Amino acid sequence: MLNTSVISARSLDLTFQTNDGPVQALSDVTLDIRKGEFISFIGPSGCGKTTFLRVIAALEQPTGGQVTVNGMTPDEARRARAYGYVFQAAGLYPWRTIEKNIKLPLEIMGFSAAEQEKRVRNVLQLVDLQGFGKKYPWQLSGGMQQRASIARALAFDADILLMDEPFGALDEIVRDRLNEELLRLWARTEKTIGFVTHSIPEAVYLSTKIVVMSPRPGRITDIIESDLPRERPLEIRDTPEFLALAHRVREGLKAGHAYDE
Amino acid sequence: MLSEAGVASHPPCAFCMAMRRITGAVLPVLVVVGVIVAIWYLGAIQMNRAWTLDTAQRQGVELTAAEIRADAMAQERPVLPAPHQVVREIWATTVGEPLLIERRNALSPNPRNLLFHAYQTLAPTLLGFVIGTLAGMALAIAIIHNRAMDMSVMPWAIASQTIPILAIAPIVIVVLNAMGLTGLVPKSLISAYLSFFPVVVGMVKGLRSPRDMDMDLLRTYSASRPQVLWKLRLPASVPFLFTSLKVAVAAALVGTIVAELPTGARFGLGARLLSGSYYGQTIQIWSALFMAAICAGLLVGLLGLIERITLRRMGLAA
Amino acid sequence: MPRHWAWPGVLVCCVAVVWVLDWRLALMAAVWLVAWGINAILAKGVEGARVLVPVIFGLTLLALWEMAVALYAISPVILPAPTAIAAAFAANIPTLWADFVQTILKGALVGYVIGCGAAFGAALAIDRSAFLQRGLLPVGNFLAALPIVGTAPILVLWFGFGPQSKAAVVVAMVFFPMLVNAVAGLKASEAMQRDLMHTYAATYWQSLLKLRLPTALPFLFNGLKICTTLALIGAIVAEFFGSPTVGMGFRIKIEVGRLAMDMVWAEITVAAIAGSGFYGLMALAERYLTFWHPSQRR
Repeated sequence: MLNTSVISARSLDLTFQTNDGPVQALSDVTLDIRKGEFISFIGPSGCGKTTFLRVIAALEQPTGGQVTVNGMTPDEARRARAYGYVFQAAGLYPWRTIEKNIKLPLEIMGFSAAEQEKRVRNVLQLVDLQGFGKKYPWQLSGGMQQRASIARALAFDADILLMDEPFGALDEIVRDRLNEELLRLWARTEKTIGFVTHSIPEAVYLSTKIVVMSPRPGRITDIIESDLPRERPLEIRDTPEFLALAHRVREGLKAGHAYDE
Repeated sequence: MLSEAGVASHPPCAFCMAMRRITGAVLPVLVVVGVIVAIWYLGAIQMNRAWTLDTAQRQGVELTAAEIRADAMAQERPVLPAPHQVVREIWATTVGEPLLIERRNALSPNPRNLLFHAYQTLAPTLLGFVIGTLAGMALAIAIIHNRAMDMSVMPWAIASQTIPILAIAPIVIVVLNAMGLTGLVPKSLISAYLSFFPVVVGMVKGLRSPRDMDMDLLRTYSASRPQVLWKLRLPASVPFLFTSLKVAVAAALVGTIVAELPTGARFGLGARLLSGSYYGQTIQIWSALFMAAICAGLLVGLLGLIERITLRRMGLAA
Repeated sequence: MPRHWAWPGVLVCCVAVVWVLDWRLALMAAVWLVAWGINAILAKGVEGARVLVPVIFGLTLLALWEMAVALYAISPVILPAPTAIAAAFAANIPTLWADFVQTILKGALVGYVIGCGAAFGAALAIDRSAFLQRGLLPVGNFLAALPIVGTAPILVLWFGFGPQSKAAVVVAMVFFPMLVNAVAGLKASEAMQRDLMHTYAATYWQSLLKLRLPTALPFLFNGLKICTTLALIGAIVAEFFGSPTVGMGFRIKIEVGRLAMDMVWAEITVAAIAGSGFYGLMALAERYLTFWHPSQRR
């Protein structure tokens, strides 16, 4: 049974006008993301992976081609609150407690007070931060802050979750733990997740589909369907299937001149 | 309903981009200044017309609207002088008057020239500013090296910025005059005092700004305290110093002007303000104010220029 | 450590030398050195030194002042002793209070509220126009550095001798510094935070109230604190140019004319207390409302 395309890009182009002249951030990007997929975007700086995510989120405007989200333009999808966005930094408001931070989108979107309370409790449990609701962000560690940021993106039940290198600033041990938690979350909530990362093992571990991109101009070099099982303990990273996938990703990066100076 | 394909036009050339940047910065300022001048003209007409109408009524003359407007912008003692009146007055009293005149068979400065008064105000301002800055830097260096001095003086330095010292400047002048100190010295003391504290507070912040990491590196070189001061702390404090200097010079100028006020000083921009207000010469008041504004703008602008050049040569260009 | 004992020895010798030159100066120097010694010991890390040391420093300065006036028989017309000032203060409380109400409450405070409020309003008004901001900020920065206090005679001419003209001077003095700070504050939110609001499809007002105003608070308080001093200066100096027979500037002017310097210093004391008190109130409000900012958490 073919899953419907949730996000669909056709010949997407994006050229930035900078002080040093035009920069082509995206060139002829064509991609389909189906419902329930966990899709990772990997590549070196300047390959357009973050730009692509931002185009989907209506934070950037393409200069050519078409992109639809849930059958609408990205801006319409944004106004319909179709997705949650997680940035590289947790970006929590220091003047609000964790609870109030999670309530931020709920307040803006007009949920009732009772509904807000219920959702906050649910989502704190999902990310394993029960009991930290009344703390302020600076009282929490980096990993916990990022979990709170993810909780905030989950609170209003958008079907799509867009994550831009959310674990990039954390150390490896915390990262491993959060990767596991994210997979568990994905299994429970069945969202469509778009995930940008620098890390090959992270991309292979988390995704059902890996998109390898390369810079100058930003383009897709390879799309790899992962045949790893959906249940993935951390030990799977030492299996030959995992290493084969990682190897294929690395080959894709080399082909896109990611390792050239 | 899908995103339309856009076609990228040819990339703009360097000249076009430079022009865009200049107009982007200068045009809004010109527009805002233009709006201010326009509002000023309207205000002048509005506020001066009462006197025009009064005089006309007393003379039993009927005036057209255009005549009222023209008269409102050309009165001798207007409530609000029109911009061109102020400009004309400044021109007449700077370029239109000789800088030096014959008096008792010797050349001396012409007290009818506004530049002479500006000099009378600028000289103590700059002298005091330099003294205050040097003293402030010395005290700041002492404060960061001596804990007792830090704990004693800093709270008072910060507190003194909340006390309206400026308001007592005239008294200090009176007292010093009574003690026999007149002319340049008392005004310089005021401006030195007003420059002193911003420089102290800013320099202390700047001398303390290097990160722990930088200080540790020098400790691994067994650097002595003077070496740390010279090689790390002083360079790091330069941005903070310039910020304080701009605040200090503006404060020093205002201080000198205020110091000239209730003491019946005859020379200086503050004195011109005062005599203008005593004799109802509003145009004179405004021209003195404008000259003070120009002086302040020049001083702060000059410091800003020096700052930009210095920071660029130090690689700290922001 | 022999080095520690060398210092007091050297200082005693210095005092002895100065004694030979001028015994009064030596006495003052001795008092200064003793107080300094106490402070140096306290600064090494005694509980409560943070408060004690500056207080001792201040009291020492007052004591030296008193000593100088007594020892050198300085005329009270030039510099009255602190005790004389305190006496004048205590004897004239009704006058001082009336002056305080006229200058601070009716002049400075009214102008402060109107000026800072108008500046904040103006910052909000031009918030949506990048063009106006680019135009207004350089002009505002320039005007904030000018001797606005020089407009005092003009404003007294326009608004008369009453407290309205003083309030007008204060408004003119606080407007531009507050405007510059308010505009900087409203610009201070990071691009990432504004993007997040964009993804929530938040309206302009939601984004303003929930993100940009809290982010602007540290800047707003910076401006508010600077403006407390400016307000006081404006109100007092404006009175030099014309005021009814009450007010701090007025009192200073006529008491200087009568050479009653102790009364002048009493007024200055009131100004000092008012100035630091006003500033302190703003600092307290800042600590309460911006408890979350790194500078307050140190």
